[in-house]
Amino acid sequence: MTQHADRIRSYRRAIVTIAVAALCYEAIARSGYFPAVLVPTLPKIAMALWRSLLDGSMLSHAGFTLYRVLFGFSLAIVVGVPLGIMMARYRPVQNFVLPLASAFMPIPSLAWVPLFILWFGLGNTVAVLVVFYAATFPILLNTWSGVRSVNPLWLRAAGAMGADENLLFWKVIIPGASPFIITGLRQAFLRAWIAVVGAEMIAASDWGLGWTIFDAKEFLNADMMIASLVVIGFIGFVFERLVFGSLEQATVMRWGMVKTVRS
Amino acid sequence: MAHIEIHDVSLVYETPGGPVLAVQDVNVELKESEFLCLLGPSGCGKSTLLNIVAGFLTPTSGEILIGGKAVNGSGTDRGVVFQDFAQLFPWRTALGNVAFGLEMKGVPKDQREEIALNQLKLVKLEKFVKSYPHHLSGGMQQRVAIARALAYNPSVLLMDEPFAALDALTRDEMQRLLADVWRETRKTVIYVTHNVAEAVYLADRVIVMTPHPGRIKTEVAIDLPRPRDPLGVEFLDYQKLLLGHLGEAQHVS
Amino acid sequence: MRWRVIARTAYPFLVVAAIWEIVARLEVFPRRLFPPLEEIAAAFARLTLSGVLPHHAFDTLIRLTAGFALAAIAGVMIGILMGRFRRAEDIFLPLVTIAAPIPGLAYAPLFLLWFGLGHFSAVLLVAFVSAFPVVFNTWTGVKAVKDIWVRSALVMGADNPKLFRHVILPGALPYILTGLRLGLAQAWRVLVGVEMLAAVPWGLGWMIFGAREFLNTDVMLAGVAVIAMIGLALEKLVFEKIENYTVVRWGMMS
Repeated sequence: MTQHADRIRSYRRAIVTIAVAALCYEAIARSGYFPAVLVPTLPKIAMALWRSLLDGSMLSHAGFTLYRVLFGFSLAIVVGVPLGIMMARYRPVQNFVLPLASAFMPIPSLAWVPLFILWFGLGNTVAVLVVFYAATFPILLNTWSGVRSVNPLWLRAAGAMGADENLLFWKVIIPGASPFIITGLRQAFLRAWIAVVGAEMIAASDWGLGWTIFDAKEFLNADMMIASLVVIGFIGFVFERLVFGSLEQATVMRWGMVKTVRS
Repeated sequence: MAHIEIHDVSLVYETPGGPVLAVQDVNVELKESEFLCLLGPSGCGKSTLLNIVAGFLTPTSGEILIGGKAVNGSGTDRGVVFQDFAQLFPWRTALGNVAFGLEMKGVPKDQREEIALNQLKLVKLEKFVKSYPHHLSGGMQQRVAIARALAYNPSVLLMDEPFAALDALTRDEMQRLLADVWRETRKTVIYVTHNVAEAVYLADRVIVMTPHPGRIKTEVAIDLPRPRDPLGVEFLDYQKLLLGHLGEAQHVS
Repeated sequence: MRWRVIARTAYPFLVVAAIWEIVARLEVFPRRLFPPLEEIAAAFARLTLSGVLPHHAFDTLIRLTAGFALAAIAGVMIGILMGRFRRAEDIFLPLVTIAAPIPGLAYAPLFLLWFGLGHFSAVLLVAFVSAFPVVFNTWTGVKAVKDIWVRSALVMGADNPKLFRHVILPGALPYILTGLRLGLAQAWRVLVGVEMLAAVPWGLGWMIFGAREFLNTDVMLAGVAVIAMIGLALEKLVFEKIENYTVVRWGMMS
C-alpha cells in the first residue's frame, strides 16, 4: 500500500472512532443512569459552547488565558535561550545552572502557586510567573543540548575557513541547535498551557479558561465544563500541532531524527 | 537429489512508477554442502533472491525446495546472517544471542549454553561469552551473528553481504574464518556479495546476476584447491573472468 | 575525589541559599512572607516531629503510587496493542491525540463532579492523565523495534508469544522507560494540583495551599522542599537504577 492510501485510511478510521466514541457518550448521557446535570448530552454541550461564544464570554476568557500564556512564554524564551547558549559555551555557567535546574525542574509549577499568591496577590502576575517557571526548563535544557550537539568538527572546519567567533556563532551554532530549540519550544508551550489552566483554577482568578471550569463546577454546570475543556483542548491542539508542529517539521525534515532532553 | 532447488522464481513488486521485476525466472540447484555465491551490482536482485530463500519474501511465481520440501515462510532449517551488526539483540550477552535459536526450540538451559559456547569457540570468541554486543567490535559482532545462525544446526546458511560494512583487514580475516567454519560444519551456503575477490575466495560456484530485470547472466565454477591464495595467478584469472562478465574489463581489485 | 563532585554540585545551592538569607534578613519583604532559612528549617522540623508532614507526604505518595501503577500497567498494555495491531492503533490513536493537549488538571473538576471528592477521584485522575505519555511512548517504542531483530528471531523459530517476550518487550524498553518517566512527572503535577483544589483531605498540595490562609510561608516552603526531595528520590532511586540495570547496560541508551 502506498503512503498516501495509508494516511487516508488512517483519517477515515479516526473519524469512525471519534463518531463511535461520541455515540457511546450520547447513549450514556441519554440513558438516564446518571443525572442529566452531571452527564449532559452532546447537544447541550454544544449549546453551552455556542452561547458562551456568542455572548463573547468564552472569547474573553480565552483571551485572558492566552495573554498570560504568551507573556510568560515570551519571558521564558528571553531568559531560557540565551542562558542555554551560555551554559553550553561556558563551563562555569553550566556548573552553576545545571544543578539548580535539575533540582527545580521536577517540582510541579503549581506547587508554587500558593506562595506566589501570598507574594503577589491574586491577578495576572501569579499565572504569568507560573507559566514562566513551567516553560523555562524545557527551553533552557533543549537549547543547552542543542548547542552542545553542534559538531565540533564543523566549528573547526569553519574556523579553518576563516570564520571568526561571531560568524561561527550565527552561521554554525544557531542553525545547528535550532531543531533542539524548536522542540524545546514545543514542549515548553505544552507545559505552559497546562500550568496556566492549573494556576487559573487554583488561584481562582477572575477570568480565564481555568476559571470557567472551576466556576462551572460550583454551579454543577457540567455542560459548560465540558465546553470549556473542548476550547482548552482545541487551542492547545492548534498551537502545539499547527504552530510548533509545522515549525518542527520544517527543521526535523532537514535533519532526520531529533533527540530531545529527558524531562 | 539436490539440497536446494530454486525453480522459475520471479518476484514482481508494485511501485508508484509501475511494476518492477526484481527477480526474473531464476533457476538454481545446489548440492549438499555446496558454497554458492551470488555476485552482482546493486539492484540485480541477489539480496531479493536470498530473502525469498530465507522465507521473508514470497515469490510471485516459482517455488523453492529445500531437501525436497517447499519453502513457506522462515524456518529453523535455515540460518541467516545480515550485513547490519545491529542484528544482534542488544539486551542479551553474546552467549544469550547465540543460544536464542536453541531456546526457541526448548532446549534446556545447561545444554543450550554448552552448545552456544561451542559455537562461540568455533568463531574464536569463547572469551567474550558474557559481553554485550555494544562492547564488541563490528567484526566480533558479525562473528557472534554467524555463531548464532549456526547454533541450532540449520542445514542451510544464508548470508547477505555480512562483511561489507567491515574494514578491509577485518574483512580478510573474517573470510578466512568463514572458510574454516564452513569446512568444519559443511553447511550448504548461499552467500550474497558484490565483491569479486571475496566470491572467488569463498565459493565453489559463482552465479553472476545482472539488474533490470534481475536475472542470472552466467555461472562460473571455481576450481581451485583450498585454502586459496588471493595473490595466485589462477585466482586473479578467475577474478578477471568474473569482472569480464560483470562488464568491467579494467582493473583487478 | 567524590568530595569535589559533591562540592561542585552543592555550591550553586549554597549561593542561592546565601542570597535568600541576605534578602530575608534585610527584611526587604515582610518577614512573614520571606522567612529566613532557619525558620523554614524550624517549620520543617516542627511538622515532621508532630507527624503532620509525614502524614501529608504519605497520603500523597499513596495516591501517586496507586494512580501511577494503574497508568503504567494499562498504558503499557494499550501501547503494545497499538504498536502490534493496526486495529488497536486505529482505535486508540485518535483518542489519545485529541485528549493529549488538554491539561490534566482541567479534567479535575469534571472527575470531582462525577466521582465526588476524595481518594478515588484523585487516584483515577492521576491514572487517567499519566497514562497518556506512557501509551504514546510505548506505542512509538514497539513500532521502533528493529525489523532485523524480528526477522532474526523468526528465522530462529520464535512464535508470536516468544517474539513478544524476548524481542518486542526488551527492544521497546528504552521508549517504555521514557514514557514511564514522563508519565510519572505528569502524575506528580496533576496530583499536587488536585490536592490544592482542596479535593482531598491531607496531602502535600493541600498542606501548601492551606498554609496560605495563615500566611505560613515557612510551612509552604517546607512543603515544596519535600516535594523536591521526593521527586529527586524517585528519579535517582527508581528510574536511574532501572535504567542502569537494563537499557544502559545493554548500550541502548546512555
